[in-house]
Amino acid sequence: MARRVAIVGTGQTYHKSHRPDVTSREMIKEAVSSALADAELTIRDIDAIVIGNMDHFESINYVDTYSVEGSGGVMKPIMKVTTGGTTGATVAIAAYYHVSSGFFDRVLAIGFEKNSESDTTGAIITCSDPVWDRFSYSGAIPSLATEATAYMEKYGATQEDAALIAERDRGHAMNNPYAHLRRPLTVADIMASPMLAYPIKLGDICPRSDGACAIVLAADGIAQKITGKPAWFKAAAVRHTYTWFGDSTDYNKGLVSMQRASKDAYAQAGITKPVDEIDVAELYLPYTWAGLKWIEDIGFCGPGEASKFVGDGHTHMGGKLPINPSGGVISTNCIGATALLRVAEAAIQVMGKGDTRQVPDVRNAIATGFGGCFWSDIVILSSERP
Amino acid sequence: MTEWLKSVEPLTLKGQIAVPYTWWVGETGGRFMAALRDHRKILGTKCSSCKTVYVPARKSCGRCFIDMEEWVDIADEGVIQAYTIVHYGHPVQPAKPPFAYALIRLDGADVGFLHVIKKDLDRIKNGLRVKAKFRAERTGTILDIDSFELM
Amino acid sequence: MDKAAIVGVAQIKYERRKKDQIFADMVFDVTREALDDAGLTIHDVDNVVTVSNDFFDGRTISGMAVGDACGGQDKNISTVSGDGTFGAFYGLMRVLSGYKATIVVAHYKGSEGDINITTNGMFDPVFHRHLGIDAVSSAALQANAYMTRYGIREEDIAQVSVKNHGNAKNNPFAQLPMDITVNDVMKSRKIAEPLKLLDCCPISDGAAAVIIAGEDIAAKCRKKPVWVRGVAHCCEEYFLGDRDLSNPVALREAATRAYAMAGIRNPIEDIDVAEVLEPFSYMEPLWLEGLGFCEPGAGCSLITKGITVMGGKLPVNPSGGALSANPVLVAGLARLIEAALQVRGEAGARQVKNADTALAQGFNGPCGQSHCVWIISGTK
Ligand SMILES: [Zn+2]
Repeated sequence: MARRVAIVGTGQTYHKSHRPDVTSREMIKEAVSSALADAELTIRDIDAIVIGNMDHFESINYVDTYSVEGSGGVMKPIMKVTTGGTTGATVAIAAYYHVSSGFFDRVLAIGFEKNSESDTTGAIITCSDPVWDRFSYSGAIPSLATEATAYMEKYGATQEDAALIAERDRGHAMNNPYAHLRRPLTVADIMASPMLAYPIKLGDICPRSDGACAIVLAADGIAQKITGKPAWFKAAAVRHTYTWFGDSTDYNKGLVSMQRASKDAYAQAGITKPVDEIDVAELYLPYTWAGLKWIEDIGFCGPGEASKFVGDGHTHMGGKLPINPSGGVISTNCIGATALLRVAEAAIQVMGKGDTRQVPDVRNAIATGFGGCFWSDIVILSSERP
Repeated sequence: MTEWLKSVEPLTLKGQIAVPYTWWVGETGGRFMAALRDHRKILGTKCSSCKTVYVPARKSCGRCFIDMEEWVDIADEGVIQAYTIVHYGHPVQPAKPPFAYALIRLDGADVGFLHVIKKDLDRIKNGLRVKAKFRAERTGTILDIDSFELM
Repeated sequence: MDKAAIVGVAQIKYERRKKDQIFADMVFDVTREALDDAGLTIHDVDNVVTVSNDFFDGRTISGMAVGDACGGQDKNISTVSGDGTFGAFYGLMRVLSGYKATIVVAHYKGSEGDINITTNGMFDPVFHRHLGIDAVSSAALQANAYMTRYGIREEDIAQVSVKNHGNAKNNPFAQLPMDITVNDVMKSRKIAEPLKLLDCCPISDGAAAVIIAGEDIAAKCRKKPVWVRGVAHCCEEYFLGDRDLSNPVALREAATRAYAMAGIRNPIEDIDVAEVLEPFSYMEPLWLEGLGFCEPGAGCSLITKGITVMGGKLPVNPSGGALSANPVLVAGLARLIEAALQVRGEAGARQVKNADTALAQGFNGPCGQSHCVWIISGTK
């Protein structure tokens, strides 16, 4: 029978635009060491490791075998899971199955990226099909911009509505010592920032960061001995709906993968009223419009209601469902770690270790991953053993 | 294969992933490379727990999972542990075939050091001593050592 | 461990260059055939693991190429970047975590990339990549270390190539069935000493799929379930110079764990047939030593004594192994599939008599840095 699983420790690097002082392998070790310290474990306690990143951001083939000095994988089982932007979430979910299946009791999940080492857009473009799509696909920003204009057209959302998402997340990042961009940004700043692809301006999108994140997962019975407050997995759902970009252009349907993954995840967790039952959300929002459109798809509010929902302050710290107390992806984006950071930050909230970014009395926290071809992954963590 | 495909030349599309990379060597690797470049010296690091001396210098010992603080001077000569004479050429290689790759146990180190041997290939044997030949123009890469030569 | 079984398998013929099929075509074929083999429909499979590598495919998020073809629409799907034995292990974990059935698909086209560059990418960018070392030249270093240590001659490892290419004649999926002699191997072109052309695997295109399911589904499937008795993986150090290349310690550890799970005390007595991943001839004896089938250094004598040949006590690679077709990543899954066919008694002309317990092995990284070992059996 499947075992219950909890996160018992998290670790991350201080995220920066570039880390000249360390290689990827050395940077990974910082996150792993910090996660082990958080769980008060040593590497000897770890039974297996799952690691992921995006190969073409560092041009390292087989990072599972490359990284062992830093991951702690010498003479241990290690596996690499890679699914683009969602990698961090799929790594966490793979680690969850490592434990849940009964094979391993204590497992490390690691995500990292050194975006400073390559041309991020040049690498991302190669995710499109070489024969059919690559000549026309110009990277993440234009494809997201297309989604944004569709949303604006349909619901009359304004650029200022979207800018509020970045103002909120960048404000939250002021409370997170690990965040990459710790400078407040106002709606006016964002409106004045250079236009990249209408309606996306520089202030609307995530940065490129160097960083790593690691979490420690443990099985029921062991988790409780490691920490008094484990963050229990209540749900793990993955929907990588599309293979072709052309299949995903009916933006009026919303982010279908998020709708399906959240439906699955809520069913697993027994959640019927997300806004009431979820206390905090760490969402993979790589650009501001995602903070409007996708919170409708995840069921925090109805279609077209996001501008008002956010504008009313419900998703700010102190609101009824704070989103991204960490500052989110708009403040920190080391891509292979980004979705794992969402899971780690959700765990931090459940474990009550958020310090200045802590939301009070968190019972249920939700984390998402986004990537690939409009793909969504969802993890729900809880202070209550399911 | 359908009859149609047999009757035509199947189409292909040429391409390559042309992403430029700039890898940070890091502080530990940087000190190693700077010593090669500036002083023709090979540096290792020693693990305080298992006492292994690693070369090239590593920041952490994978066996013990601890960072290493102690720097050790490693000799620029040592013994061939394993080798292969390569007979195929490829643009990624630093020499025209035939040339050899060798794992060399440098004096003062506890692990093998991977590099190339370009001359006297007919005499190569495990156990023979070799010495590093540095390039005159050095830029801070592993190829600041041009190759190792039989002593 | 709860019970889980391999209930469906499929491969397509491995070829030097598949001109008529893109990744999605190959994966669609093996997905459909594995479902037919199991007597299931795509609706019976509730999750998917794909296996691919962004370097080899020349594509970031290489799993995207096959998401539709493997039936991943609206399902929990993920991608293992590594050998198929690792991907299948993840598929198994999902079944033991409560999923009904996982389909694991792997694809690879060696014909489309430059294997020297992509495998040069396995090596450290700071210290090793400029040296131009790749999968072939690093393997040759390992061969040299292994053979020097134990006084193994080139003729000894050449026997592996002779045996496996000969076995491949019985495998309709193999790319290189060949009648060759030790002399042919010895006379073949030098690649990287001591390896010659016929000591090396070919470049291959191909795909494969397995379906893994729990007891409930397994009972309903068309074919005899092949039960998973033990699986384990383990990784050793990264820098070649840090390792003892002549002693596959990670494989030894993975095997020890897998045997413990499966209750295997004496591998050569308890295991009836083995499929190991040997892209280079010397790897088969070295891996057999790591798997505990003989003493260190005695791997080649297993052929000489007739133990690992067809009809011997422990036939190894009745399929012809990776020497006869090496679609990287897929090749490990192919080992597992071939082992499963042996357990089912469906291996046709390459069937080992009364095979009930089989071993499959695959690896990631240079010189077999990270290994995965499976023990499967017709007995629950
Ligand atoms: Zn040590």
